[in-house]
This record gives sequence, C-alpha cells and structure tokens, in this order.
Amino acid sequence: MPRLTSGLGHELGFLAKLRGISWGLVLLVSLAAACGIAVLYSAADGEMQPWAATQTVRFGIALIPMIGAALLGIRHWFRAAYWAYAIALGLVVAVDLRGFVGMGARRWIDLGLIQLQPSSLMNIVLVLALARYFHTRSDEEIAHMRSLMPPALMVLIPAALVLKQPDLGTAIVLLTTGAALFFIAGVRLRFFALIALAVGAAVPAGWHLLRDYQKSRIYTFLDPESDPLGAGYHILQSKIALGSGGFFGRGFLNGSQSHLSFLPEKQTDFIFTTLAEEFGFIGGIGLLALYSLMIGYGFVIALRCRNHFGRLLGLGIVTNFSFYVFINTAMVMGLIPVVGVPLPLISYGGTAMLAVMFGFGLLLNVGVHREVRLDQYGAIPSVG
Amino acid sequence: MRREALRQRLFTRRAAVLAGGQALLLAAISGRMYQLQITESERYAVLADENRISLRLLAPLRARILDRFGIALAENRQNYHLVVVPEQAGDIIATLDALGTLIEVGETDRRRVLREIRRKHSFVPVVVRANLSWDEMARVEVAIPELPGVSIDQGVTRHYPFGETAAHVVGYVAAVSEQELDGDPLLELPDFRIGKSGVEKSHDLELRGTAGTSQVEVNAVGRVVRELTRVAGKPGQDAVTSLDMVMQEFVTRRCSAEQSVACVLLDAVTGDVLALVSSPSFDPVPFSMGLTSAMWQELSNDPRKPLSNKAIAGAYPPGSTFKPVVAAAALTSGVLTPETSFTCPGYLKFGNVTFHCWRHGGHGTLRLRDAIKKSCDVFFYETARRVGIDRLAAMARRFGFGGLLGIDIPGERPGLIPSREWKLATGGSIWSQGETLIAGIGQGAVLATPLQLATMVARLVTGRAVSPRLVRAEGLMQRSVDLASRNFPSLDLHARTLGLVLDGMNAVVNEQGGTAYGARIQEAGFAMGGKSGTSQVRHISDYERVRGVRKARQIPWKQRDHALFVAFAPVGAPRYVCATVVEHGGSSGGGGSAVAAPICRDVLLEVQRRDPARRVPGDNGIALLDALRNRSAPPGG
Repeated sequence: MPRLTSGLGHELGFLAKLRGISWGLVLLVSLAAACGIAVLYSAADGEMQPWAATQTVRFGIALIPMIGAALLGIRHWFRAAYWAYAIALGLVVAVDLRGFVGMGARRWIDLGLIQLQPSSLMNIVLVLALARYFHTRSDEEIAHMRSLMPPALMVLIPAALVLKQPDLGTAIVLLTTGAALFFIAGVRLRFFALIALAVGAAVPAGWHLLRDYQKSRIYTFLDPESDPLGAGYHILQSKIALGSGGFFGRGFLNGSQSHLSFLPEKQTDFIFTTLAEEFGFIGGIGLLALYSLMIGYGFVIALRCRNHFGRLLGLGIVTNFSFYVFINTAMVMGLIPVVGVPLPLISYGGTAMLAVMFGFGLLLNVGVHREVRLDQYGAIPSVG
Repeated sequence: MRREALRQRLFTRRAAVLAGGQALLLAAISGRMYQLQITESERYAVLADENRISLRLLAPLRARILDRFGIALAENRQNYHLVVVPEQAGDIIATLDALGTLIEVGETDRRRVLREIRRKHSFVPVVVRANLSWDEMARVEVAIPELPGVSIDQGVTRHYPFGETAAHVVGYVAAVSEQELDGDPLLELPDFRIGKSGVEKSHDLELRGTAGTSQVEVNAVGRVVRELTRVAGKPGQDAVTSLDMVMQEFVTRRCSAEQSVACVLLDAVTGDVLALVSSPSFDPVPFSMGLTSAMWQELSNDPRKPLSNKAIAGAYPPGSTFKPVVAAAALTSGVLTPETSFTCPGYLKFGNVTFHCWRHGGHGTLRLRDAIKKSCDVFFYETARRVGIDRLAAMARRFGFGGLLGIDIPGERPGLIPSREWKLATGGSIWSQGETLIAGIGQGAVLATPLQLATMVARLVTGRAVSPRLVRAEGLMQRSVDLASRNFPSLDLHARTLGLVLDGMNAVVNEQGGTAYGARIQEAGFAMGGKSGTSQVRHISDYERVRGVRKARQIPWKQRDHALFVAFAPVGAPRYVCATVVEHGGSSGGGGSAVAAPICRDVLLEVQRRDPARRVPGDNGIALLDALRNRSAPPGG
C-alpha cells in the first residue's frame, strides 16, 4: 500500500484559492466564447437576436459554476464523483425513457429555463468518476483485468444509452474520452489491443444498431458526391463554404453560403464553417490556435498537479474538450462522417456551454489544488 | 514514494503520447483546411457563386402579326390574375373568405389554392383566380389595402382579334412540345408559347425575339434576395402579312354561304395574297389556352375539315379550269392555231374507249376561242392528244402546277401533274394516250390547289412567273414603294398566246353563250374574265349516264362534284385574280359557273372597288376599320 502523504496538509484559504486560479485560461475561454458570439451575430445577419444575445447571457451565467467548481475543495469533488456520475446517469436514463415514450430523438429534459441535455454533462462527470476510480487503484490492481471491469462499465453504460437516443457523436466522445483516461491511468497496452479486437468483431453487429439516417451519413461520408441534393448536401455545402472563404475569408457578415442558408445548422454544429467562410484560413487557424493554447494550458496544469486524481481529472477534461474540437472540425471539413457534435464554446446551445465551462472549472480546480495531496481515500493526509 | 514516482513517470510518458496524438490530429485538421481554403479555394468559390447566383430568363414580348395596312391579326393582350403570397397573407382561409365576398372563388379553386400552398415555399405567389374580368379586377383593387399578401399579377396572352376569319393564315400558338425544343432556353420557360401553324409558325423565330436575362442572388430555398445584373431582351419583329383584312372578312362571309369552300385572292402583279380563305374555319384561341379533347374530336371529325387549310393543302382535280394551260401549250407548240377547228359530236372515240363531252349533244364545229368559252371537252381531248403529255406537263409546271409555290406558311401541298415518269414510278405501267386526253380536261390524275389555280391566272395575265406570298418583306403599304417592284422572271410565252387565252376567258364571262355569262360583272370598268370547272369526284357509270342519275340532290354530298372558278379583273388591265373551289358544290350542268363563279364575281367586284393594291394606311375606309377595332377591344387590350 503506497503512502500518499504530502507537504500541504490543510485546506487552502479562499484568497489563496482565488490567486491560484489560472486567470490566463479564463481569459482564453472568454476569448473563445467572444468569437462564438461574434459568429452568432453574423449568422443572424448582423443581429443580436435570436442567438448572440442569449449566448452572451448563458456565458455570463456559466462563469458562476465555472469559478465555483474551481474554488470548491478538491476532496469534495473526489467524494462527490460517484454521486455526480449516478445522478447524470439517472438523467440520461430519464431522457431515454421520455424519448422512448415521445418517439424520435429526445436528448434533453425541459427545465423551463434551459433544456438540459444530460449527455453533455455526462462527459464531465464520467471523467470525474474515472479519475476517482483510478486514483484509488494501485498499479498492480490496474494490471488485472478484473479491476478494469467497473470503469469499463462506467464508460460503456452511458455510451450505450446515449447511442440509443440516438446521439452517435456524444457516444463516440464518451468512448474515446474513457479510452484516453484508461490510457493515461496506466492501463497495460495489451488491454487496448484486446479492445481493438473486440471492437473489430463488434462492428458488423453494431451496424444493425445504427439508425437509417446514421447509416446514410456514413455512406454519404464515403461518397459525398453521390447524393448532392440528399444526404450529401450538408457536407458539400459546408466544403463549398469553407473553400470559398479562401485565405482571408469573405469578410464579416459577408458569407454567402451561411447568409443565404445554403449552410445547414450554421449556428450550431456547422458554426466553424460559418466562421471560416467569413474569416478564411486565417480565422480558422486562429481559432484552432486558440483551442491549442487552451489544451496546452490544460496539459501544463495536469502535469504540474501533485495528486493523481487531479492529474487524471485535468487531463481527462482537456482530452474530452479536444475530442469535441477535433470531431466537430473534422466533420465539417468532410474528414469524418457527420455525427453531430457541437464546437465547444462557439456553437449555440445552453447545456453544451454549461458543461464545457463546468469542465474548465474542474480543470482550474486542479490547478488551484496542484500542491494538495490526497490519500487513497481522497482525504488530505495529515502531515508527518 | 518510489511507487508514486514510478506512477508519475508513467503518467507523464502517457500524457506525452496523448499530447503527440492530439498534435497529429491538429495537424491533420490544419492540413485539410489548407487544402480546402487555399489549394482548392477557387473551385469552391465558383461553386459558391453557382449556388447563390441564378440566371433567370426574361421572355421577350411576342411580336404582332399585321395585315398590309397595319391592322393587328395577332397581338398580346394583358390579362390579370389574382395571386396571394401565403407568408404575407397570414390566415389564408380568412383571406380566401374575404376574397369570396368580392369575386367568385369556387370550391375547386379553394382546394387547389390550399393544396398549392402546402406544396410550395411560402413566398411563392399562388394564383387564386386567373383571367379576371375588368369588373372583378376593379372590385379587388379597391379592397387590396385590407388584404395583406393579395395582389393582381399581369400576364400576357395571345389574342386574335379576328378569331376564325384569318385562323388558317395567322395560325396559333400553343405550349412547346418535346420535339420543338431547339436549344433556345426560352422554350423551356413554363408558360412559353410557340407558333404551331400559319404565320405564327413560319415566322416564329422573328416573332419570338431574343430573351433577356436577369442575374439574381437566391438563397437556399430559391427566394430572390436581390438582382445583380439585368440584360434586356429584344422583342420580336412584327410580321406584316399581305392580307387585306377587309377583303379577308368579305371573302369569309361570302364563302360561308356554301358548306366547304376555298378561295384565294391575289394581287397578280406583286403576288400578294390579299385574302386566303378556307371555310369553315376554327377559333384559334382555344388552341393557345389548351384544347379540350371534345373540341378536338369535333374539329377533326368534321367532314368539311375546318382544321385543314384547303386553299393551300386541298388538292382537287382542276377540271376545265385547267384548259387555259392546255390551250397555251397547244399554241406554243404550234399544234394549234386560233383558226384550227374541230368538230364536237358530244363524244370522242379513242381506240375502243369513248370520251364524253359535258354537253350531250356536242358543240358542233368550233375554234379555240369558242372551245374555251363553251368549255368544250372534245376540243381539248383532241388538243391534248396533239400536244402530248410531255409538253402539256411542262407547260403546267411553268404555270406553277405540280410543285410547291413556296407560300410562306406551312402545310402547302404540291398537287400533281402526271407524266410518263410519274406513271412508271407509281403505277409501274406505261403511260397510255387516253390518260393524256383526260389530263386535257384537268381530270384523271391531275391535282391542283386553289392557290395554284390563282397563281396560274396571275401568270396568265402578267406573263411572268408570279409567286404568291403572305408576308411582306417591305412591311406596311407605303406610297413610295413601287408596287410592281417584285421582278418575277418572264414565262417566255408569246403575248399573242396569252392574249388569245385571256380573250377566250373574257368570252366565258362576258359573251352570251359563255359558261359563266350569268356571273358577269355589269358595273362599267370592273368586268372580269374567267374559266369555270366542274371536277368529278367519282367515276360516272354508263348506267348513270344513260339514266341521267346525275342530279346533285340524288347523290350524297361527299360524292358530288367540286365546283371551281378562276377569274381575273378588270379584263382590260388585269390586277386581281381569284380562284374559288366549292367542295362538292357543283350540281350537274351548270358546274363551277353556277356556284363558284358568283363567289369570284362578288370578290373581284369588291376588291376592285376597294383596290387594296394601290391603297396606303390612312386612306379612307382603313382608318374607319381601325376605329372599329379599337372600340370593340376590351379595356387593357
């Protein structure tokens, strides 16, 4: 049994915590959100309504849980991890049941003020729960397949539920995020080889679980020109918008593809295209650079953290964030099938904004508590 | 501690791998962006413009068809449709109810409107009622401020002010058929109309004009956002026909006295067709709007063939009206002089066949002049025998028979002048001389159209190869235009020959004993010359000949003889020529002179009084007609 003790045995003071927040990262997050609001303003033909104003308010509100999450003691998060996971899972199940009753795709719960989409929150609490699990297991335990079963179920159950909604994009993000956590937690590589084999065998079976529209998206991805007016329309129009943007873009408020509605979902899943049409290669690369800075920042925070829970949590959050970015951008550029995930901090949507900001709150929390040591049970070990 | 250090080292290593993986993904994304936005940017910029820019055709206004004095025979009439734009109207049911109180909106209209609204984008105007009357439009116009989304749309339809009077000449327009697509994008416009017959068809390209274009920016659902450029089209060019509408109307009215008539009136000097009537006619308007199958059945089953232009497409045995050609051939070839005489006992035995003269008792001994005057068949049997089919056929062709005259509307038929080659090619047998004799009285295989008969007379009176035309290259009649300016080549016939034939034709009408003496014009200076003809439609059996069962009332209409007459006037200085064929109109005995000659007489008298070959627009009478037209035209027309 390793002894997890450290120099910092006591709770940090409020001001110390406030000082410990990486304000640079907060600035980057705000910058990205501002970019998003600007694009939403353009997407509405230069109007704050209906999207930009709402998104601004949402960002302002979401700052509160972000800073709150950053300031709460890390051991509280450790303790709450499984509970949060259980609650989120319950919400996903509830949505599935409601969706089953209401027919078709229902991915949210109507809370009046916001329509809560539990699957995006699920991403964050999954990272939280896995981080706790791997924190409490020793390397020897992790080497055994038996102790990998609980975390594997923790990933697979919500992924399966989300896939049934059906939300292929979020399911993929859940699976890849889970896999990434397994990887950084030190799970042996032969486990991944085994998974790869199992997935290879399951693909033909899984194909039957996909809905027709999901299948057609995959077909279309393989040959988008085959159906330029049907399923291939979205991706073709998206590529036209991107390509016609060129190096400098067509100028703010001047994207013909988005303004004349050739571009589908210009304010949600395809918002990157709207941005890159008007701001061109420069604008698109600029946003990617901004994202890279945030991801890099996250890596630094995670690597500098002295407790395993924090390291896993921080890196898990950042990786989850980056998967959203990569899947969304690759999708709008026609590199992968259209799976329908939002571009974090930019796409119009309440729950996604809230979940991403909450995630960044946890990342900031890891930074604030980087010197805190946690024992096997999540308690701060006494000095000595 | 050591374990913790090991764990941290593993974590760091794996984090580095993860970071590397993410860097790779980032590089892939950036590379793809480079490819799309820089390498292939131009291609996509073009595609983006193709998306947003839509080229719309602006249909040019179809030009008018006019008569020689500028009276419109085909024009465009504005019509008014009541349209509603659903997205502006809001409550469409309430709007329809409100409209229902102003004008009649039937239940079927209502259902159609609601159906169209469901199918189309909400910004696309839907027609509630087409072709509003002036009165209905006024009522809606007043209420429009209270009816959002409701407006009155102007359209253009083809209008034929004279209806069936000139339908065969003017023709009609109708929707473009698959076979007519010739690459002109105009033809693909949904409401475009193309000429289907008459001048509308033969001069379709000139009348059509060229399309203008409008480049508009459209959004993804096709709504026009703004117009980028506009290139005006060129309207079509008016077609001025040679018709004199007053004469056309006169001839039409005159022909309506008989069941089925074709009549052609020419200016012999210019070849201008002053009137071309095929009676009965048809109303061209339903053809433009879309004909019901019942109407079509009725028109196409009518034995009098109202859809066929019999004046150019009806081929009839010319009968005795062909005799002037035979006479000209005989005089030219020298087998006959004006003094040559034959004896007509009422028949001619040729081999073991007997050829009868129309007059039972025969004409006795007579010369060419009297033979024409009395239309003696035996004289022309003998004359034709002497001339021979080769010279006869050649002369007939010189006069315009046996081939197309090239009149500038579609549907002309060539008729037929038989020859040895023709006989071999069709029947496979040798020409027999008996057939030459039959051809000598314009029967047998000889077929001619009324237009060819009129042209024959025009060539007789001018000695030139006059060819008829319906569309004037010079445009409207002008004082300065030399009216004899069309230089037709000479027929190379002796003036004496022509004079003898014309003198015979003068005698037909103006001398006692002539076959058409009863139809002579008695007004001084207006006298006409002519030649009658009665052509058999069926063979007359010996039994019938013996029993005299040849009275018209005793045989069915379809089997009765055709009555023909060709004429020119005034006899002294011929200017106008007229040919009339009354289908199955000939009773026995009188022949063409009884039924067809009076029509020619009335037409030629009227045309000489009016003298359209020497009038110009604005002359008295024409102005009157214009005023008449304008008053009868409805508002906006």
